[in-house]
Amino acid sequence: MDSFTFVQFEYMLKGVGWTLILSAISFVLGSVGGFGVMLARVSQIAAVRFVTSFFIQVIQGIPLLVLLFIVYFGVGIFGLSVPPLVAASIALMIYVSAFLGEIWRGSVQSVEKTQWEASECLGFTRWQSLRLVIIPQAIKLSLPSTVGFLVQVIKSTSLASVVGFVELTRAGQIINNSLFQPFLVFALVGVLYFFLCYPLSMWSRAMERRLNVGNR
Amino acid sequence: MSAIVEVRDIHKRFGENEVLKGVSFEIRKGEVVAIIGQSGSGKSTALRCINHLETINNGSIKVCGHEIGSPRIDLRQLRQDVGIVFQSYNLFPHLTVRQNIMLALRHVKKMARTACEERAERVLRMVGLWEKADNYPEQLSGGQQQRVAIARSLAMEPQVMLFDEVTSALDPQLTGEVLRVIEDLASRGMTMILVTHEMAFARRVADKVIYMYQGLVWETGGPEILDNPQTQELRDFVGTGL
Amino acid sequence: MNYNFDFAGLMPYWKMFLQGTVLTLELTLASTVFGLTIGILCAIGRRSSLRPVSAACGVYVEAVRNTPFLVQIFIFYFGLSSVGMQMPAAVAAVITMVINVGAYSSEIIRAGMDAIPPGQIEAAECLGLSRPRIYWHVIMLPALEKVYPAITSQFILMMLMSSVTSQISTEELTAVANNVQSITFLSLESYIVVAILYLILAVILRFLFLLGEVWLFRRKRVIALARRRLAAGNVPSIPTNTNAVRT
Repeated sequence: MDSFTFVQFEYMLKGVGWTLILSAISFVLGSVGGFGVMLARVSQIAAVRFVTSFFIQVIQGIPLLVLLFIVYFGVGIFGLSVPPLVAASIALMIYVSAFLGEIWRGSVQSVEKTQWEASECLGFTRWQSLRLVIIPQAIKLSLPSTVGFLVQVIKSTSLASVVGFVELTRAGQIINNSLFQPFLVFALVGVLYFFLCYPLSMWSRAMERRLNVGNR
Repeated sequence: MSAIVEVRDIHKRFGENEVLKGVSFEIRKGEVVAIIGQSGSGKSTALRCINHLETINNGSIKVCGHEIGSPRIDLRQLRQDVGIVFQSYNLFPHLTVRQNIMLALRHVKKMARTACEERAERVLRMVGLWEKADNYPEQLSGGQQQRVAIARSLAMEPQVMLFDEVTSALDPQLTGEVLRVIEDLASRGMTMILVTHEMAFARRVADKVIYMYQGLVWETGGPEILDNPQTQELRDFVGTGL
Repeated sequence: MNYNFDFAGLMPYWKMFLQGTVLTLELTLASTVFGLTIGILCAIGRRSSLRPVSAACGVYVEAVRNTPFLVQIFIFYFGLSSVGMQMPAAVAAVITMVINVGAYSSEIIRAGMDAIPPGQIEAAECLGLSRPRIYWHVIMLPALEKVYPAITSQFILMMLMSSVTSQISTEELTAVANNVQSITFLSLESYIVVAILYLILAVILRFLFLLGEVWLFRRKRVIALARRRLAAGNVPSIPTNTNAVRT
């Protein structure tokens, strides 16, 4: 039985790198999607709102792991053989779009209605009001939740290990398969995730406190 | 002189509740009109119908040549012709005072940057707040914010300005500065409709007073009706000093 | 797309899907009940004035909230068995879920408790209520009522999270899909069916929680309201501020 040396730790750090990459890809793509989802949810066309709402309900109502499998096997039927990173990115992008879209819709709707009135009465179109007045305020309101959700995204990347993507969790499994010291290995994996997530959690909380103080 | 605002027999219902039961009045260019009445009399609603913030169920409103009920109405132009100042100022908190004023000038009137800055300076000087141009709304007092709101509306060079109880949310010592600005605007010939509780101010500045009661124009005339009410309801209203 | 969906091929396995659904529900139920208990205790612990207690609870909550559920399961299942504590996968799954739900619930409950206006507590003290009674009636119950929607959302989220326990071979719904698709090769169909089953479960759970809210809190609210009316009698009416009211 091998013992845990720097070689293994280095392998784990590589996993951390891939975790960060997958997190970044998912979050960025998901943000673009989420913005679209948010706009669709506040659209004046009822059909658009309804379809988007349905999409969100479905994505939020199934486990991410199942969504991951559906995407993984789904792209397979198109005859494409995609690497696990791509399948995981697509699944996570869909997942993040739904959740971020809802978070951002909540923020947009929590901007005071009177701001809409004021900008309307100055002659702005609905899109101008959104762009110049409402969204800038909504962004500030949504920061704590958005950063908090980023923590969720990082943790969710651990599921990519199931379809074979070698991020941090999979790296841990691989090391454990040769070392057979699951307690040590996975505790260390946990600690590494903690170092990634905890600062973001703290930042999110600090932003929330600042927002609440400002509103008093 | 033809009327710049013509309100004819408007009705407005909120659900089961009929708030305006047939309101009519006319306002000439350059007139300053005060609309007074108890809470629930429909005065704010009537004001908000004039710039299409509320839609009317019946009747007609003609403002600056715009036909309010018409489906072909040019809302953008209407909103530029009719300015409104709200009770809760509604300044944009993420922008400075100067940016608050310039935003609509840039994006609605599509003016060039320097022209916007010049006009912003002019209206801010008019309300006495030029030195606060780079402050954010939260750094200003209520009275100052309301004056900025007036400047913001004024910058659009409207033909008519609506004031919806603009001093009601202010501490008493701050109402004076706002009323002074309004009085100044009146002396410059701006057509204004003020929904207000400030009786003394109405008496001093208004050319016409409209007293509304239970969704109808109950009594109207010059400011002297406040001293000599013809109807019992207005007598009670002025008597209680509400 | 030349793929022919063959959902009929899954029909012979309907019993497995049913068993998976049942186990998912059982896991959820167990983790809900025990997780809520831990959540309440931990929320109280976090607000405690005893530094070691609040710190310990804080460490627990932060550790759980900042690490992935999958890793937590591996630590408990593989980790504990490597130091001699063998247990069935389902047990490890429940323990991990309980620990997880406990941490998230405690944050929610704590926020609810912190949000109780201090004025209420002062009023209760001035009425002479004992500390434990104040804790229960003025802080805990109103907090629980207020955060009920957030907590029940967490429970539904946990039900969805239970799918991750398939990775340690707990025979819940996702594991069933894994097994069925390895036999039939109808992978996409299996997971789509399972997705629909989860959606149905989520809808049913949400409905049950809604009923629960009415049953748990409405009754007490009505009783409290009736008692207040009885005791009040002639409360002087507060004059309204007409200046601020819109017409």
